[in-house]
Amino acid sequence: MPATSTAPLALAVRGLRKAYADVVAVDALDLEVRTGECFGLLGPNGAGKTTTIEICEGLLNPDAGTVEVLGMQWTRDGRALRSRLGIQLQETQLSEKLTVAESVKLFRSFYPAGRSVDEVIGLVQLDEKRGSRVGTLSGGQKQRLAVACALVGDPDLLFLDEPTTGLDPQSRRQLWDIIDKFRSEGGTTVLTTHYMDEAERLCDRVAIVDHGRVIALGTPRELIASLGAGHVIEFGVDGSREIDEAALLSLAGVKSARRAGGSWALQVGAAHETIPMLLDTLETHGMPLTELRTHSPTLEDVFVTLTGRSLRDDA
Amino acid sequence: MTPDRSTRVKNTTDNTPAIVELTLARFREFYREPEAVFWVFVFPILLAAGLGIAFRNRPAEASHIAVAKSAANSPVVDSLKTASGLVVDVLDDTAAATALRTGKVALVVVPRVDGAVEYRFDDARPESRTARMVVDRTIQRAGGQKDPVPVTETKVSERGSRYIDFVVPGLLGMNLMGSGIWGIGFSIVDARKKKLLKRLIATPMSRAEYLASFLFFRLSLLVIEVATLIGFGTLVFGVPLRGSLGQLAIICVLSSLAFGGLGLLIASRARTMEGASGLMNLVMLPMWVFSGVFFSSGNFPKAAQPFIQALPLTAVNDALRANMLQGAPWATVGGELAIIVTWLVVGFTLALRLFRWR
Repeated sequence: MPATSTAPLALAVRGLRKAYADVVAVDALDLEVRTGECFGLLGPNGAGKTTTIEICEGLLNPDAGTVEVLGMQWTRDGRALRSRLGIQLQETQLSEKLTVAESVKLFRSFYPAGRSVDEVIGLVQLDEKRGSRVGTLSGGQKQRLAVACALVGDPDLLFLDEPTTGLDPQSRRQLWDIIDKFRSEGGTTVLTTHYMDEAERLCDRVAIVDHGRVIALGTPRELIASLGAGHVIEFGVDGSREIDEAALLSLAGVKSARRAGGSWALQVGAAHETIPMLLDTLETHGMPLTELRTHSPTLEDVFVTLTGRSLRDDA
Repeated sequence: MTPDRSTRVKNTTDNTPAIVELTLARFREFYREPEAVFWVFVFPILLAAGLGIAFRNRPAEASHIAVAKSAANSPVVDSLKTASGLVVDVLDDTAAATALRTGKVALVVVPRVDGAVEYRFDDARPESRTARMVVDRTIQRAGGQKDPVPVTETKVSERGSRYIDFVVPGLLGMNLMGSGIWGIGFSIVDARKKKLLKRLIATPMSRAEYLASFLFFRLSLLVIEVATLIGFGTLVFGVPLRGSLGQLAIICVLSSLAFGGLGLLIASRARTMEGASGLMNLVMLPMWVFSGVFFSSGNFPKAAQPFIQALPLTAVNDALRANMLQGAPWATVGGELAIIVTWLVVGFTLALRLFRWR
C-alpha cells in the first residue's frame, strides 16, 4: 500500500529559492515527501527539477529556504545524512576502466553499513556483466549500475534524477521494476522525470514543476481527475477553412478545446456523447475528417492544461 | 502498512576500507590504460637508451684533410699520409675548395714551391682548428722539430663524468615531474568532467581519503619507476650510485609529492582536459628547458639563475645528481631539499584551498 498521509516526512522543503547568474531556477518551492512513498517531480527540461533535487542531495546550497531530509539538516548532519541516502545523478559517468563488481565494491566501501555487492548486482540484473568493464556496457546497463551504486549503501531515501531518459523501453521497464522493489521494502524514492507515463506508472504522488514552482500536486489519479474530463478527443481536418473555437466549446460535454499543431484536442466528459455532435458540426461546415483519436486523460493533458505547453520540447 | 525499515539489519561486514578500494581503483585505471604504462615506464628507458648510444664516449675521430694535387709528390704528403688521426685526400684546387666549403674536409694543405706550406681552413670550425694543429705538428716534426719538454699521456674515462651519467638523473627527475603532474592532474580533471567527483561527494566518502589514494598510488608507482630507470642506467651504462639509497629514496618521495601537489593545484579548478593540459604544459615547459634535464642549467645567463634555481625540477635534478654521481652528504643536498619541501607545502596548501569538487 502507498504511504498514508500520517506517515512521517522523509523530505520537507520550504520556500526554496535558487538563482543562477541570469535565471531563477527555483522560486519559492515547497515540497513534502512522506516516508515510504515514491514521489515524482514532473516537468519539462529547465523547469528546475535537477536544481531542486541537487539541493535536497546536499550538492547545492539554496539562496533561501529550508530543506529537512530524514529529519536532519545538511548544515549540521552532512556525513550522517549521506550515509542514509542513495543518489543517482543525471550526467555521472563511472570510471570506464573498472568492472561492474569493482565499481559497486568501491561505492560499498564508502558506507559504514549496506548491502552486499552480490545482492545489489543481482537486484539490478547485472550478474552476467559482473566482470565486464563499465566502458563496454550499454546505456541501460550503465544506468542500472548507477542505481546499484545508489542502492549499495542500503539507503532509506533514494534520489533518482531522470533515471530513464534516453533508454529503450525494455531498459526503462527494468529500472521501474527496481524502483518498485525498493518501494515495496519500505524505501522512499524521489525521482525527476519528463515522461508522464513514467510518473503515472511509478509515483504515489506527483508534483508538476514549471519555471521553478510547483504548479500542481497530488496523486496521478487526482491530478487527472482535476481536469474533470473523462476522455480527450484529438482530431484533424482537411482543408484550409478554420474551425471556430467557440463552435467547438459549444458542443455538449466539451470542457476545453486546444489547438496542438495541425490538430485539435478536446477534453470532454464522455467521448461517445460528444463525437456524434462533433462529426455533425464538421459535416455542416464541409470539413472532411482526416484523423480521430480518443484517449483517457494523462498527466501530459494536465500539464498542457496548466501551462499551455507540451511537456517535452520535441512533442 | 509499509515495512518498518528501522528494524532492518544492515550488513556491516564484507567491506574493505575505502582507502584500499580507492587506491586499488587508481591502480586499475592505470594499468588498464596501456598508453599510460608506456609513457611512464617504457618511454624514459627508450630515451635513456637513445641518448646513451648517441652520446657514448668514442675515440677521437680522424680529421679529413685535402692536399693540393700540384704537390702530390711532395714529401709533406707522405708524412701526412702516415700520420695517425688524419685521412688525406689528394684533390685539384677546385675540388679541394668545394670539399672545404661543403665540410667534407676540415683543412686544405697547399705546399708551395719555396718549401713553405699554406693551410686553408675556417677558423670558426672546431674540427678545422683541430686538423690544423695535427697537420702542423706532423709537418713540423717531419721537418725535424723536436719537443723541448718531454710528455707522457695517460688516458682516463671516469664513470660519473660521462653524458649518460649526467642525463640519467635528469630523466629520472623529468619522469617524476611528468607522472606526478599528469598522473594526478588528468585523473582528477577527468573525474570532475565526468561528474564523478560530484557523485563521490554525494556519498559519505572522506574527501581526504580520495585525495590520499592518489598519493598512495603515486608513491607505489614511484618505487617501480625509479627502480626501472636507475636499474637500466646502472646495468646497461654503468651509471654510478654513489650516495646512500636512503637519501635517494627520500629525494624521490619528496619530489614525487611536490610534483603531485602541483598536479593537484593545476587540477583544482580546471573543468576541461584542454584547459588542464594547457596549464600543465605552461608549468612543465620552463622546467624541461631550464632545469637541466639534458644539459646543465648553468648554461643560462647568470641573471636567470635565481629563477632557474627556484624551479622544483632544478632542485630535484641537482639533488639526484649530487646523490648518484657525487655521493653527497646531507648538508650538500639540504638546500635542494628545502626548495622541494617548500613547493610541496605551498602546492598542497593552495590546491586544497582552491579545490572544487563539483
